[in-house]
Parts: sequence; structure tokens; C-alpha cells
Amino acid sequence: MSLATTMAAVIWAGVTCYALFGGADFGAGFWDLLAGGARRGAAQRRLIEHSIGPVWEANHVWLIFVLVIMWTCFPKLFGAVSSTLWVPLTLAAFGVIVRGSAFAFRKTVTATWQRRVFGAAFAASSVITPFFLGAAAGAVAAGRVPPGVGAGRPVASWWSPVPVMTGILAVVVCAYLAAVYLTADARRGGDMTLVGQFRWRALAAGVAAGAVAAGGLLFLHQDAAALYHGLIHRGLPLVILSAVAGVVSLGLLYRRAFLTVRLSAALAVAAVLWAWAAAQYPRLLDPGLTIGQAAADRPVLLATLVSLGAGAVLLAPSLAWLYILFQRSASG
Amino acid sequence: MWSAGSAVILAAGRVADPVAARSQMGFSLAWHIILACFGVGLPGLVIFVEWRGQRTGDVAYRLLARRWAKVLGVLFAVGAVSGTILSIELGVLWSGLMSNYGQVIGLPFAIEGIAFFIEAIFLGIYLYGWDRLPPRVHLLTGLPIFAAGVASAFFVVCANAWMNTPTGFTISHGRISHVDPWSAMFNPATWPETVHMILAALMVTGFGVASVYAVAMLRGKRDRYHRLGLLVPLTGAAILTPVQIVVGDWAARMVASYQPTKLAAMEGLTRTTKGAPESLFGYFSNGRLHGAIRIPYGLSLLARLNPHATIEGLDAVPASDRPPLVTVVHLSFDLMVSIGFGLLALGAWLAWSWWRRREPPKTRWFLRAVAISGIAAVAAMELGWITTEVGRQPWIVYHVLRVADAVNPEPGIQYGFYAVMAIYAILTVTTIAVLRQFTRASPVPLAPQERDVQEYKIT
Ligand code: HDD
Ligand code: HEM
Ligand code: HEM
Repeated sequence: MSLATTMAAVIWAGVTCYALFGGADFGAGFWDLLAGGARRGAAQRRLIEHSIGPVWEANHVWLIFVLVIMWTCFPKLFGAVSSTLWVPLTLAAFGVIVRGSAFAFRKTVTATWQRRVFGAAFAASSVITPFFLGAAAGAVAAGRVPPGVGAGRPVASWWSPVPVMTGILAVVVCAYLAAVYLTADARRGGDMTLVGQFRWRALAAGVAAGAVAAGGLLFLHQDAAALYHGLIHRGLPLVILSAVAGVVSLGLLYRRAFLTVRLSAALAVAAVLWAWAAAQYPRLLDPGLTIGQAAADRPVLLATLVSLGAGAVLLAPSLAWLYILFQRSASG
Repeated sequence: MWSAGSAVILAAGRVADPVAARSQMGFSLAWHIILACFGVGLPGLVIFVEWRGQRTGDVAYRLLARRWAKVLGVLFAVGAVSGTILSIELGVLWSGLMSNYGQVIGLPFAIEGIAFFIEAIFLGIYLYGWDRLPPRVHLLTGLPIFAAGVASAFFVVCANAWMNTPTGFTISHGRISHVDPWSAMFNPATWPETVHMILAALMVTGFGVASVYAVAMLRGKRDRYHRLGLLVPLTGAAILTPVQIVVGDWAARMVASYQPTKLAAMEGLTRTTKGAPESLFGYFSNGRLHGAIRIPYGLSLLARLNPHATIEGLDAVPASDRPPLVTVVHLSFDLMVSIGFGLLALGAWLAWSWWRRREPPKTRWFLRAVAISGIAAVAAMELGWITTEVGRQPWIVYHVLRVADAVNPEPGIQYGFYAVMAIYAILTVTTIAVLRQFTRASPVPLAPQERDVQEYKIT
């Protein structure tokens, strides 16, 4: 594997982590939105706050990680994508800022009306952000972002069936992951009503995610033929893996294997992302920007890889400690 | 290939809007940097008082630690998301910069990503683990937050230093080659700028926190809790102030050597002069500085340590290469320096009184001065950035890339700017309101007891 491909894989691993961890935090906001009135939804909101409170900031850093490694190692990709897609990216950035600050504010205020306002801002932005990030990703997947600074169309590039479907898929997948993770958290907290509620939501969101993904394939067939071709050829094993993991997850949820389903649900989502990567490899943008052409100079790639490797030695145990510490302790 | 050359052509062919993009970038940076300062400094302060609390068992220290930790939680969250916007904006607004030079300045940002992870991970552990971890372990989990905060300030300012004194690449025929990311990261401006910024962040935190307690003391709350809340951060900041002035002088000497046009704007020096005077204040118009106080030979002496040294004026470069807002640069610089000396005087007052009487000055004037020192430190920090950034114009990368060639040429960018203004206005008001509210909602009792410490929830 060339150095450039290695760095592309590192970035994609970052995207996967952001989807699996950061995505679930957004999904939790989605359920917060649907939790109902202040009294009825109180238990659900408490669970959500309790589960994502200690970890969301760390999970959020995956987004920054992806951005900075992308502009360091694939500057031309970064320049083209962020200039053409400035509208969805700016809107996603607004979503990020509203989500994070509203969540922090809601925890500290006490008056019901204030908690309601911040809660609504938190929940709405939790839906908006993954939608626009997903739409931006869909625009790239559909080949609607040409290479070059500001070479694409600022609205038409992402406001079309495939990107919009991808945005919706991102929202549904986030909701699905969140419901899956929250079910086990609720069981650890010992509240069986909550367990039941999130179990049903996880099942419903899982079915919805499968349906949107399958429907998306039909659109791809018309709107993004190259990607479709890649998905049913090189990406096919991963597509099948994702489908199988998705179906298995539904079964596990049904049988209340709440910890195992975390793994299979995550696998289903990760496999979709890697199927896309496999389908597109080595093309980044159409027409004609490949991984090799977009890559930075070799010393840059090497310096980044070495720094990240050194960083990983610090990071991996720290992250593990964070998750273990707050997964182990009961409600507190 | 999208080299600097074709970016020029592209920008010229489309209606690029650098004014909106610059305003948006400058505004959101100026906003983020205030929170970033607290993100760097506050962890240090919190672990210091937590440590004192553990050593002495003193209730006042322990309550301070908890209450500051809670503030840290809010400020960190807002600081982190406002920083994320910046990384998206670097692409969305300055695509011409990033697609060409992203690889040159990327390395410090990439390493900063690791520092952010460490910060966020240990912040989660520190805040949410307060009553779960053994006290000693808990204190130790605070250290990585502080270390990573200082490190992230270092890395991001490396990138800014590179924009001022770019190194580590070659351009030939509009193509960038021979990129050496380490030499780009450690460019001539790196050390003075990063050290100056880190000290500024610690000073902003120290004076800023002290000023909150000065206001409370002016309102009659003179108990031990409030006195410590004022004295601990104030002492730290006062000790750093003289160091900061020395480092500022180092930064100025670096500017004199590597960015002579910026220095000329900072000093309002029109013509290249041998034995140049130091000009304080005044305003610049029609190519001349008016109404300034002049100290003969001062500038040559300060910048070159030689009263007869020649200092380059604005006329050394063509008009199109000069910063357009000389008055802004000159006054910002002078005000920053004046505030620096003002804060030095405040620290000297405290030190003198302590030396004579082992207590801080008793007069209300001292409390008033401390109360404004927080705002003054923030102002000095912002003015320093205005000096650096506006003084670099019209270059985004000094003598390499012009701002107009770096901006995203897509239409409609100005709407992003309007939206940013609206969102940040709301965010500013709510952040302040929330911080004020939770001090009011659980007021500090007159003589805090063990119970008040135990029952104060951080998360
Ligand atoms: C508490 C804040 C604070 C205080 C008291 C001072 N500064 Fe400062 N200054 C900053 C905060 C700051 C800053 C915001 O941190 C800047 C902006 C960029 C940088 O690296 O530091 C800065 C920039 C900056 C620059 C421009 C560097 C460049 O463009 O590359 C110079 C020459 C000085 N400062 C010099 C001074 C001097 C001689 C001071 C003596 C009193 C001083 N500063 C006090
Ligand atoms: C490491 C940190 C920073 C980086 C990498 C950075 C980068 C940039 C970039 C890319 C621009 C747009 C191009 C230009 O106008 O030259 C800019 C402009 C600007 N920045 Fe910074 N900046 C940093 C810190 C700050 C801070 C903390 C402030 C706070 C006041 C600030 C204030 C401004 C202003 C006012 C402008 C507009 C200048 C003008 O249009 O005249 N910058 N900066
Ligand atoms: C172009 C300029 C800048 C960019 C792109 C940027 C980017 C970011 C990003 C992405 C974050 C979020 C990290 C997280 O989630 O923990 C952040 C937070 C932070 N930034 Fe900036 N930043 C810039 C300027 C600065 C400057 C000049 C400083 C100098 C002190 C700084 C210091 C920090 C710190 C300490 C944090 C941690 C969060 C906090 O403590 O509030 N940043 N920044």
C-alpha cells in the first residue's frame, strides 16, 4: 500500500470512528427531540445526558481529526470539497456550535423554560448537523464536486437526490446507533421502561436505516452510475457484510442481547462506509482526481503518519480509560 | 494543477469577496480566542486550588476548585465548538490557501488534533470523575488537560507564525515543491509568537478570574473564599506580566528582522530612516503619522539596539504591498504595550503592599483596578492579534500569497458572514447569561462548610 493510500485509510478510519461515536451522540439528540413533553420525557433525557455527557467532546474531536489530516495530506481534495460545498459545510458548522453549547447550557440551567429552549436547540441541531455532513459526503460520492477551488456549483452540487438521500441516511443511522447504545445504558441504569422504549426505537430505526440504504441504491443506479458500479463489484462483499450484520442486529435486539448488538450494529454501519471507499478507490473527485494526484509531498505524509503513530500511543489507553470508567459505573 | 498562479486567474475571473470572508474569519477567531485562553489557563488554576485544598483541607480552596471546574466545563464546550467552526472556515473561506499550502502548515494542526483528544478525554474524566476517583488520582487527571491546552496553543500558533514568516517549501513556476513540514512548523516567528500567546492566555485567565472576585469584594463580600478567589489568580498573572513584556520585546525584534513592512505599520514609519524615532500614538493619514509623541532614536534603539540603525519604512515596498489600515495597526500595537505596562504597575502595587504589610492593598481603588484588569488583559490580547493580522495585509502568507488570491471564489459568501454574526451574538449573550445565572442559583455561603463543598455538583 502506498503512503498516500495509507493516509487515505487513516482518514477513513477517522470518518468511521466519527460516525460510530460522534454519530451516536447526534442520534441521542434525535431521540431527545422525540422524547415528548418535559415531564414525560424527563427520564429519557436524563439517560441521554448521562450517557453522552462525559464522552461527547472526545467523540467530537474525530471530526477535527478528519479535517486536519485531510488538509494536510490531501490539500487539493480539501480545497475543492470545502469551496464547492461551502453551503452545507457552513450549515453543519452552525449545527455543531449550537449542539455543543446548547447541550452544555442545558446541563447547568435549572428553570424549566430554559431547559426547554436549550433542549430544543440541542435536539434540532443534532438532526441538522448529520444531515448536512451526510449531504456533503453524498455530493462527493455522486461525483458532483469537481477538482479545483470553487469549480463546482454551490447549491446544485448537493441539493439533488443522492446527496439528500445520504443526508437522510446519516440522520437515520445516527438515530439507530444511539438507540442501540442507549438500550444497554438504560439496562445498566436498571430502568426497564426505558429499556423497552429504546429497544423498540432501535428496532424501528434499524428497519428504517435498511430501507433508506436500499432505496438509496436505486437512486445511485440513476444518479451516480460509477459509484453504483463500484458498489456491486469491488464493494459487494462489504455491502453484503453490512446487510447481514444489519439483519443479525435486528435479531439480537429482539432477543435482548444488548451488548452484542452494539458490535453488530457498529459493524453494519462501518461496512457501508468501507464499501463506499472500496467502490470509489482510487478516485477521489470526478473528473480525474485520484488519491495519488491529490496527495501531499512525501515528507508531509511521512511526518503526519509518524506523529499520529506517536500520538496513538498516548491516545489509545486514554480513550479506553474514558469509556471503561463511565461504562462500568452505575448511575451516578 | 491548482497552483498559486491558477488560483489568481480563477479569483480574477469570478467575483471573490475577501471583505466578507475576512470579517467572518477575523470575527470568529477573535471570539474563539477568548474562550481558548480560558481553555489554556483555567485548568492550571483549577488544579492548583484543588491541590491546595487537598493539602490543607481548607474548605475555601475546595469550594473554589469545584466552582471553577464547573465554569471550565461550560467554557470548554463552547470553546471547542467555536474552534471547530474555525477549521471548517479555513476550508470554506480560504480554499485557495488550504488547497495549495494546507500540506505546508498542516503538520502542527495534525499534531494539535492529538492534543485536542487528550484535552477532551481528560476533561471528561476530570469533571465527571470528581466524586468517583480517589482524590490524588483525580488531581493527576487534571494535569494532561493543562499540558494539552498549552500544547494546542503552541501548535495552532505555529501555523499562524508560518503565515507571518513562511519557510519550508520552494515555489517554482507556481508549483510548490520540496515541502519540509518540520522547517515550516519551526519558522523564525514560531518561538516568540507561541511563547507570547501562551503567556497571554495565562494572563487573560488570571486577571479575568481575579476581576470577577474583585467585583464581588467591591459589593462587600470580603470573606476568605473571595479573597483567595482574587489573590491566587492575580498573583499568578502578576508574576507573568514582566516576563510577557520581555517576550513581547523579543517578538518585536523578530518582526523587525523578518517583517519590516509590518514593523513600519506598527510604528507609523513612512520613510526608511537612519536613527528612527519611536512614535507613540497619533493617527496616520495622507501617508504621514500625525499627532504622535516622538522619542528620538527610540525605534532604532529598541529594534536594533543601536541608535543609528536604519529602519525600513513603508516606502520600501510598492503601495500595493503596504497594509491599508496603518492607523489601526499602529494604535493597536501602542495600546497593547500600554496595557502591558498598566498591568505591570498593578502587579507592582500588589507586590509592594505584600512586601510591606503581608496583605493586598486595602483601598477600594485597588479592587477597582483589579476589576478592570480582566477586561484590559483580553483587550491587550485582541489588540495584539489585530496588530499581527491586519499588519500582515495584503498578504495572507507574507510575501507569498495575497488574501485576494486565497479566498473562496464561490458566490454568496457574505450570507455566511451575516449568519455567523447573528449566531455569535446570541451565543455571546447566552454564555454570559448562563454563567451569571449559575452563580446566582447557588450563591456562595458566607462561611462555607464541608457540606457546601460536598453538595456542589460539577456536572
Ligand atoms: C495579555 C496580552 C498581551 C500583552 C500584555 C502584550 N501582548 Fe503583545 N501580543 C499579544 C498579547 C499581549 C498576543 C495576542 O498574544 C499577540 C498576537 C500574536 C501573537 O503572537 O501574540 C501579540 C503580538 C505582539 C507582536 C506582534 C507579533 C507578530 O506580528 O508576529 C508584538 C511585536 C508584541 N505583541 C509586542 C508586545 C510588547 C512589546 C508588549 C509589552 C508590553 C506586549 N506585546 C504586551
Ligand atoms: C493561530 C491562529 C490564527 C490563524 C491561523 C489565523 C489565520 C487567519 C487567516 C487565514 C485570515 C484571513 C486572511 C487575512 O486576512 O490575512 C485571518 C484574518 C484575520 N485574523 Fe487571524 N488567525 C489566527 C488568529 C487570530 C486571532 C486570535 C485573532 C483575534 C483577534 C485574529 C484576527 C484576525 C483578523 C482581525 C483578521 C482580518 C484581517 C483583515 O482583514 O485586515 N486572528 N487570520
Ligand atoms: C485558525 C485558528 C484556529 C483554529 C483552526 C482552531 C481550531 C480549534 C478546534 C477545532 C478546537 C476544538 C477542539 C476540541 O474539540 O477539543 C479548538 C479548541 C481550542 N483552541 Fe482553537 N483554533 C484556532 C485558534 C486558536 C488559537 C490562536 C488558540 C490559542 C490559544 C487556540 C486554542 C484552543 C484551545 C486551547 C482549544 C481547546 C478548547 C478550549 O479549551 O476551549 N485556538 N480550536
